[in-house]
Amino acid sequence: MNVPEWWYLVLSAVLFSLGALGLLIRRNPLVMFMCVELMLNAVNLTFVTFSRSLNDIGGQVVVFFVLVVAAAEVTVGLGIIVSILRRKPGTTADDLSLLKG
Amino acid sequence: MLSAVWLIPALPLLGALLLLVFGRKLGEPWSGVLATLMVAGSFVAGVVTFLGLLDRPAEERQFLFHVFDWLPVGGFNVDIGFLVDPLSMTMVLFVTGVGALIHLYSIGYMHGDRGYPRFFLYLNLFAFSMLMLVLGDNLLVTFLGWEGVGACSYFLISFWFEKMPNAVAGKKAFVTNRIGDWGYMLGMFLTFTTLGSITYFAKDGSGFLQHASGLTGVTATAIALLLFVGAAGKSAQLPLYVWLPDAMAGPTPVSALIHAATMVTSGVYLMVRVSPVLAQSYHWAPQVIAWIGAITALFAATVAVSQRDIKKVLAYSTVSQLGYMFLAVGSGAYVAAIFHMVTHAFFKALLFLGSGSVIHGMHDEQDMRFMGALRKLMPITASTFIVGWLAIAGVPPFAGFWSKDEILLSAWGNNKALWAIGLVTALLTAYYMSRQVFMVFFGEPRWDQAHHVAGEAEQSAAAVDDERTDVAHGVAVDEHPAPTPHESPWTMWVPLVVLAVLAVLGGGLNLPFNHDVSFLANWLEPVVHATEVVPDVATATKVGLAVVAIIAALAGIALAAAVYLKQRVRAVEPELLLHAYHYDDALAAFFGGPGEALAEGTAMADKLVIDGAVNGAGTLVRAGGSRLRVVQTGYVRNYALGIAGGAVLALGWFLVRAGL
Amino acid sequence: MTAALLFAQVEKVATPKLDWAATAPLLILCGAALLLLLISSLTTSRPARGTYAVITVLASAFAIGTAGVLWARVTDAERGAFTTAAGALTVDGFSVFFIVVISLGIALSALLADDYLRRENLDGPELYVLMLLSGAGGIVMAMANDLIVVFLGLETLSIALYVMAGFNRRRAESRESAMKYFVLGAFSSAFLLYGIAFIYGATGSTNLGDIAGFLNANTLEHTGLLLGGFALLLVGFGFKASAVPFHVWTPDVYQGAPTPVTAFMASASKAAAFAALLRVFVSTFAEYRLDWQPLIWGIAVLTLVVGSVLAIVQTDVKRMMAYSSISHAGFILVGVQAATAQGVSAALFYVLSYTFMIVGTFGVATLVSGKGDEHHGLEAYRGLSRRRPGLALTFTVFLLAQAGVPLTSGFLAKFYVIGAAVDAHSYALALIAMLSSVVSAFLYLRIVVAMYMTDEEGAEPGPRVRVPLGAGVALGLAVAFTVVVGILPQQVVHWADRAIPVVLASGR
Repeated sequence: MNVPEWWYLVLSAVLFSLGALGLLIRRNPLVMFMCVELMLNAVNLTFVTFSRSLNDIGGQVVVFFVLVVAAAEVTVGLGIIVSILRRKPGTTADDLSLLKG
Repeated sequence: MLSAVWLIPALPLLGALLLLVFGRKLGEPWSGVLATLMVAGSFVAGVVTFLGLLDRPAEERQFLFHVFDWLPVGGFNVDIGFLVDPLSMTMVLFVTGVGALIHLYSIGYMHGDRGYPRFFLYLNLFAFSMLMLVLGDNLLVTFLGWEGVGACSYFLISFWFEKMPNAVAGKKAFVTNRIGDWGYMLGMFLTFTTLGSITYFAKDGSGFLQHASGLTGVTATAIALLLFVGAAGKSAQLPLYVWLPDAMAGPTPVSALIHAATMVTSGVYLMVRVSPVLAQSYHWAPQVIAWIGAITALFAATVAVSQRDIKKVLAYSTVSQLGYMFLAVGSGAYVAAIFHMVTHAFFKALLFLGSGSVIHGMHDEQDMRFMGALRKLMPITASTFIVGWLAIAGVPPFAGFWSKDEILLSAWGNNKALWAIGLVTALLTAYYMSRQVFMVFFGEPRWDQAHHVAGEAEQSAAAVDDERTDVAHGVAVDEHPAPTPHESPWTMWVPLVVLAVLAVLGGGLNLPFNHDVSFLANWLEPVVHATEVVPDVATATKVGLAVVAIIAALAGIALAAAVYLKQRVRAVEPELLLHAYHYDDALAAFFGGPGEALAEGTAMADKLVIDGAVNGAGTLVRAGGSRLRVVQTGYVRNYALGIAGGAVLALGWFLVRAGL
Repeated sequence: MTAALLFAQVEKVATPKLDWAATAPLLILCGAALLLLLISSLTTSRPARGTYAVITVLASAFAIGTAGVLWARVTDAERGAFTTAAGALTVDGFSVFFIVVISLGIALSALLADDYLRRENLDGPELYVLMLLSGAGGIVMAMANDLIVVFLGLETLSIALYVMAGFNRRRAESRESAMKYFVLGAFSSAFLLYGIAFIYGATGSTNLGDIAGFLNANTLEHTGLLLGGFALLLVGFGFKASAVPFHVWTPDVYQGAPTPVTAFMASASKAAAFAALLRVFVSTFAEYRLDWQPLIWGIAVLTLVVGSVLAIVQTDVKRMMAYSSISHAGFILVGVQAATAQGVSAALFYVLSYTFMIVGTFGVATLVSGKGDEHHGLEAYRGLSRRRPGLALTFTVFLLAQAGVPLTSGFLAKFYVIGAAVDAHSYALALIAMLSSVVSAFLYLRIVVAMYMTDEEGAEPGPRVRVPLGAGVALGLAVAFTVVVGILPQQVVHWADRAIPVVLASGR
């Protein structure tokens, strides 16, 4: 079956938007962070699609970089989230509003 | 000899640096002496340079002194350099001369102040900036001095930082001046883009004033008016004058030096300097300047009529006199503007220093209603003050008469209505100044009644001043008997005497009788010959106008005498002045009733409208800020929404661009 | 047999040529980071006070030194700019300029951090390690000749910064700022990455040289993908540069983060963002200038206005300075918007002078805040001129420079940026920029007045302020630069003029 290129693009756009929406809607920091991961992977899909259609290997190489970066983000992000949750379990993103104005 | 020009700004700068490092060690009075000597030295250097310039034939009287390349702009450098020509030397001489006298005066006036060395540090820094302003050979160096004098003014107004009103007044000066600077900078950028240079004159002929004739009317008008916005801010013209009366919160020598003699005239200097651009602009552009000047002159004069604070009268008077100068500039009478600037520096500095001497002698009393009959106790101050009064009132042969007469003459040549406004202003000037002199130096001594009158004063409109007075008096009267006024020390009265002599003789700088005695006009001729508008008026008319002006001045004085000295007059010759008494009653009724109401009304309008506009702009910004602040909720998800929203907007913009 | 075959194949793998001299600044910074980790894990006793800071400063100084050598090389008429690492990094005057700026940011912030960490009982090499690595990331961003390398640099910069923001983990504000910065940073970098994907799809490459070549050679029939990519890239860069409306994190994070870290964020991190913005938009997408210029225009206006207006209503000095740094970003954007050589060099001059001003400003805030990093209100500054006249004077210089008062570098920075805008016929923008400087003058003045207003009744004197050696050196340097360049800007302007970014094809 030959799936047209733009289907992939639309799918990745939808995934990206879902991720963005999720971050806006969800309150649990962990889930918010997972939404960012979703966004990054949606971009990966875009890269691979373009890579295929342009017949250029570069786009697929990018995906590896992105994966590494995402992994690094996870390490640091989880650290930050855990350090907050450890002080006050059950903290949501909305509980952090000490700084404002 | 001309190369001595670098010493002129260098000496005050050196003084400021020395005071910065050794100020505390020098203490009182040596830091004051040092500062005074530096400015006096600067004056000597100015005289030397002046003589060097005088040595040259008239058409070669221009000398460019390059200090160093400052900053690269576009393909070339803006340098720090000095332009020595008759205009800048005139400014230098009176800035340093009057400046040195005021420095000397401050040695005595600031006696015992905690921040004595700091005060002189600022004063020297101010002199340096002012000299950079007038000597700079391009708009940017002038702007440097422009900002410098503004900053020093701000520091000096707020000199006693502990006093809240001072800090507020300083702030207001700073903010209004920023608005003016904004116009200046725009004018400067526009000059640069259209003429490719901001240097006034260059050796290779690339200075923008040298090819100003190539400007189109639109550009020239825009540049001239933008620079005028800057000038109006610095020289306290409508509607940007608000800061000047408030600035009187600063020490009196500061009021004399900065807010009367030098800094506030820099706007006039700027307009004269760029007169070639003004000459290229549309006909209505100079008219705008003339009208704003005339209206400011009249407006401020009416306000001055109802002031009670001795310094406030002089402050409004300064605004009014500056209006005269702009009236002259707008009428193309640049020589008259500079002439009046110089004579005004003499007599207004004299008046301010005199008022400072009074305040000093009265132990910090500033309300004229609690003065009176001071001429017996302070003879030198009184006699010099009277000279200043006659000079500003326009009584011949004192200095003010000659310069004011020339301005009125040029106004006549320009537009009869402007002349009429000028004449009314002259009358009012004579009136309010006489009122001040009579209230302070003549009549009954009232300084011991201050305590009684203070109660009534609370009902008066000038709430802020009065409250302060009340407090001061409450303390003074309860603990001590009312202090007797006394004459000031020699460091204070010597400058008064020198300035008084100048105020008498200053008119000799430019006598209208024939070409040979018009010294200032001849001297400035190489600078303004291309742009000066010579009013086409017959000699008989000139004489007639002068006579009318004298009559106006005398009428103003007579009115004031009738109103404020009436008892005294009646006591001497009651029969003779019976009619005058009725007349006087009407006048008193008018000036006490509707007239005063009018004057108070303008004062109120000043407080409400103009102050309101300045404060209102501030409030608006703050209110806007408070509204906007709500957006910054502190919730990370809202922030993310902001970013996503921004992204959507940006995407939307580009998709529209891409034609989707 | 198979092994031999495999070997033969391996030999054929072409490794990209790396110009070691050109990457030396990066290697020095990363090497110093590793060295610090090594020292702290191999030594049992605590090293002498300030060792870590000294090593960090030395490393930055070395980086600047090697940058100086590079500068001579790239500005040499015959050799000029070049790329290295298979076209991934450009070495031109622009890169070198930012190597210097970012290294300065590291060095000055490290000097501030030295005493701060001891004061807050956080002593250790970690903050310096992160600072060095983060700075290296910023340099990669500035040198990048490939969008993916820009992304990698940005992430290196950011991930280290997330940790740094939360470094003072005992303070709730610090933890909160780390969390906010992290979530929003990751969010915005996803946008950036998506933008890169769009550009890749539209032009077939992520290499800036190839993209520029492609855009110059071809006229796109459908520009939607490309322009969409612009929008998303702008989100990413705008976020790092704290341009409105992507600035939302700035006040909170600047306020919450440990003050030396704030200094680093405001200097090095912002510089890196502008480096990327300038190289990618002004140089690479020069062909599509008319499409992105209006958007930058709008963003610049918003940034100028929001920054200065919101700054005025603040009472916390650190937060006030955060907003003021937003309005500075607006000024730099004015230079970017001009999209001319003059605009770029004006922006570069601004970035450099701003680095010193802002590090100095937050440096003073570090000292005044006292133990616990708590006293940031305006009242902490009241009467500072009595307690610490030198420090008050220093702070006054920084504030006046930020307000754009002549004879400070801040005035010239504003002058050049506005001059560039006027020259590019963006009169309205120049007007707004000037107005915003009028408005913000007020806020700097407020602090100055507070410092010099003394002995107000009922007001208790603020906390005692100590000026430790490291911070003293940093503040001294910053003041010296601000004043000297304000009077004699020639050399710096000359550098900025020669640091216009060059876009080179990858040469593959």
